[in-house]
Amino acid sequence: MAIDWNAFTPWSALAGGALIGLAAAMFALFNGRVAGISGVLAGLLKPTNGDVAWRAAFVGGLLAAPLMYILMADAPTLQIDAGFGAIAAAGLLVGIGTRYGSGCTSGHGVCGLSRMSLRSLAATAAFMGAGFVTVFVIRHLFNI
Amino acid sequence: MAVFTSLLAGLVFGLGLLVSGMANPAKVLSFLDLAGRWDPSLAFVMGGAVAVGFVAFLFAGKRTASLIGLEMKLPTARHIDRRLIIGSTIFGIGWGVAGFCPGPALVALGMGEAKAIVFVVAMLLGMGLFELLERRRAATPPRLA
Repeated sequence: MAIDWNAFTPWSALAGGALIGLAAAMFALFNGRVAGISGVLAGLLKPTNGDVAWRAAFVGGLLAAPLMYILMADAPTLQIDAGFGAIAAAGLLVGIGTRYGSGCTSGHGVCGLSRMSLRSLAATAAFMGAGFVTVFVIRHLFNI
Repeated sequence: MAVFTSLLAGLVFGLGLLVSGMANPAKVLSFLDLAGRWDPSLAFVMGGAVAVGFVAFLFAGKRTASLIGLEMKLPTARHIDRRLIIGSTIFGIGWGVAGFCPGPALVALGMGEAKAIVFVVAMLLGMGLFELLERRRAATPPRLA
């Protein structure tokens, strides 16, 4: 393992992470829920009474974040190397997988680990492990 | 009020993803590439988030109503079963292919990235497919052993 010291950004990572933790804290203390983004989004697919507005608002906040960000700093550059086909397949897998697994990086990763939930720890280990293996296979076995 | 606090939480979450660099799939994939030139940043993002979240959930877990009087609906499930592990593994494979998980994909969608649009549409289709499969499962009576 060789650390890429030029790419490693520990301070902005910690600061951004603290903001994510703050968002999860606000959502737990005000809305009484875990900020699990896949769950919040999926709830919009089978809308129930009184359950739509806050979900749409949370998603709207995520969508509007870049607008807010560019008022304070330069627009961040995103690098998306995967092609459109791979992106579509990945999206499908993420959609199905997060529903069967009842959560994603936010719900199980951030909130679940904060709550010291063993169930979320198991889920996080599974998706991180799968992510490590997938990238290894793509980059180092198939050299893509 | 719940709508406003939800919007604010979504906004702060998205800003955190942008500040930390996690909205950028290439940076996420650099973390997942242990055998390559490794960027440990994602671990620091999780560390920062969990440090703040841990304190918040200590308080939230003891409350019977939220600060604005809503019912507390924190998860109660504790079981670790095949669904959890297989589902999370499928999610991890998709995450490793694209470098997107749901939050960063929505933030990138907000930046108008074409690939983020494709990813989010496919993700919603995947979620819809899950709902269909679940409905079918609920409709078919369990087979007798």
